[in-house]
Amino acid sequence: MSRVLVPCHVKSTVALQVGDVRTSQGRPGVLVIDVTFPGVAPFELQEITFKNYYTAFLSIRVRQQSSMLTPGKWVTCLRDYCLMPDPHSEEGAQEYISLFKHQMLCDMARVLELRLILRQPSPLWVSFTLEELQIYQQGPKSPAVNFPKWLSHPVPSEQPAPLHEGLPDPSRVSSEVQQMWALTEMIRASHTSTRIGRFDVDGCYDLNLLSYT
Amino acid sequence: MLQEESDLSLIIAQIVQKLKGSNLYTQLERQAWACLQRPEIRLESLKEDIKEFFKISGWEKKLQNAVYSELNVYPLPSHPAASPEHLKEPLVYMRKAQGSWEKRILKSLNSMCTELSIPLARKRPLGEQKELLSKWNEMGTDEPDLSHFRPVYAPKDFLEVLINLRNPNYENGDSISFRTHLGLIQVPLKVKNIPELKECFVELGLSTGQLGIDDATQVPPELFENEHVRIGQKVLAQQDSAAAQQYVRQGSPTALRAELWALILNISSQPEDILYYEQLKTNVIQHDLLVDSLIYKDVKLTASNDDYYFVFEDYLYQVLLCFSRDTSVLGHFAYNSASPPKSYIRGKLGLEEYAVFYPPNGVIPFHGFSMYVAPLCFLYHEPYKLYQIFREMYVRFFFRLHSISSHPSGIVSLCLLFETLLQTYLPQLFYHLREIGAQPLRISFKWMVRAFSGYLATDQLLLLWDRILGYNSLEILAVLAAAVFAFRAVNLMEVTSLAAAEAVLADLSTLKVMPLLQIFLFATVT
Repeated sequence: MSRVLVPCHVKSTVALQVGDVRTSQGRPGVLVIDVTFPGVAPFELQEITFKNYYTAFLSIRVRQQSSMLTPGKWVTCLRDYCLMPDPHSEEGAQEYISLFKHQMLCDMARVLELRLILRQPSPLWVSFTLEELQIYQQGPKSPAVNFPKWLSHPVPSEQPAPLHEGLPDPSRVSSEVQQMWALTEMIRASHTSTRIGRFDVDGCYDLNLLSYT
Repeated sequence: MLQEESDLSLIIAQIVQKLKGSNLYTQLERQAWACLQRPEIRLESLKEDIKEFFKISGWEKKLQNAVYSELNVYPLPSHPAASPEHLKEPLVYMRKAQGSWEKRILKSLNSMCTELSIPLARKRPLGEQKELLSKWNEMGTDEPDLSHFRPVYAPKDFLEVLINLRNPNYENGDSISFRTHLGLIQVPLKVKNIPELKECFVELGLSTGQLGIDDATQVPPELFENEHVRIGQKVLAQQDSAAAQQYVRQGSPTALRAELWALILNISSQPEDILYYEQLKTNVIQHDLLVDSLIYKDVKLTASNDDYYFVFEDYLYQVLLCFSRDTSVLGHFAYNSASPPKSYIRGKLGLEEYAVFYPPNGVIPFHGFSMYVAPLCFLYHEPYKLYQIFREMYVRFFFRLHSISSHPSGIVSLCLLFETLLQTYLPQLFYHLREIGAQPLRISFKWMVRAFSGYLATDQLLLLWDRILGYNSLEILAVLAAAVFAFRAVNLMEVTSLAAAEAVLADLSTLKVMPLLQIFLFATVT
């Protein structure tokens, strides 16, 4: 299914913390990232892709355009999606993740704004966030091809002339030819990725020093 | 559901792409063409009839083995947005650490080159080529002057790098807190605890028969051994890789081991493989590499001095010298966090068309590298077969023991697993050793980096490597290291220095591997 990148504006993360951030000792365990779509009409969300950076759990809330005049309410579409099975260890800490429409709790039509709520309960990490956030909507369906009229509306077949006795059954021949055509198409489409195996350049392997780049 | 289906088709596409370049593909094609003559193949159901023919003639089994091998070796296709570096190693700081470690190795090799005024590679003059060809089977008698060469690095240098590995996002702090690890490794990788290990290594349990325990002389063979050998012969007759891998978890009978390992690693010696090995031999004869001297030095220092392996010295040269010329090994760098060193043809610095990898296989041997090959010499006697088995074992397992990565079988995870097991289940011993300045990892690191080769008796080592193949993981090395410490705990509690602790653990040649593992995993009261 094709997808189209939606230009979005990702606001900087806001830490949710009780008390003053500067004076308190602990680090915030909850961050919020707001994503707006200035200049884009309300769209149907297809996919969200990002690179994790030590976030343990992700919740997403969405505000959709409602049919009434009042602005839409915030609805939770993803609750506590686990990105790191063990928040204290490195597993899943820097992975690439994709979230799809069918994983969401609600319908993702007419999206106006997104709010990503990141949680990292472990005190071991200095910071956590999501990187390379990208939002996709469904791409256009492949355009309809215009077939010539005689192909889409075939003329009703006339009665074929009686064939000579020795000729094979035409339907059998056509199915065999079809099979062979399919096989040749497959062979034509295949290509290998094997190496040749030579390590020298034209028989010469005189080297100076190893390169650091 | 959609996501799983598309994941599955991605995996299938990747495997098909890989297999298309292989020998098996050509053979299957040839077989398919040949079987068109057969009467039962009809044109209208060509595909189904050929599939049926493959099933009956055993070719489908070969294809199944090849697919199983690919699934075992290559990681699953990653996210489309992930870069190739991410596939090698997902954590950025580990990639950086591996990069700077590699730079150090390159600098060391370059300085050795300039100090000794020896080129990295040169073409041998014809006279020298002829001489080497005549001496090919007895290169061990050659005594070149290697006094100026030193190994590029030893395991203890690598350990220092791992000790200094830090995650910049991990709050270490200057003072000791709940965040500091008590052992030497300070990165918070996920490692298994004993309940998880018990689940993972369930076939090593107390109620399952094992070779290494239940084939002892006091135990009548009718209880376990005879039946196990019979099943092994059946597995070999079926030529099924997955079944062999499962079978070998309980140990492999000595007579069947060579064939079973070849089946698990999906090695079948075709004429093309023998030709390939001969081609590598020609490459060795034509070009002389600096790396060859490093290999010579390593074999002379390690395997030639070992009571069990000195007889195989000539084999080791024949395998390792050819290994350095094998460009097919470059393929494993797709999933190895390391990268092959690059160089340029003399006079063409910076021109990409003249960029080559050095050595051709991208692997610079370190002190003790030849010990990876030595135990295999007991199983395989034809050089080309020995070579294939070693190469496959290297690109599946051994490369993880000397590169920095977050993989559960990587050396960093093994070290952390060892230290965590020791701390959790032998806290008094761990504390004591730490207090006297004898961090346990300093002693066990060299065992794990060499996969215990050269430290255990050979029959015990082969039983251990059976399990590495059976479970497709190196975690058993860390468990065995902890089990050895547990076994000698009483003596270790009485030592007062690192040297004394090393002395207690200097000789492992009398240890029986399987009882140690079984007791540590399943019989220790926790």
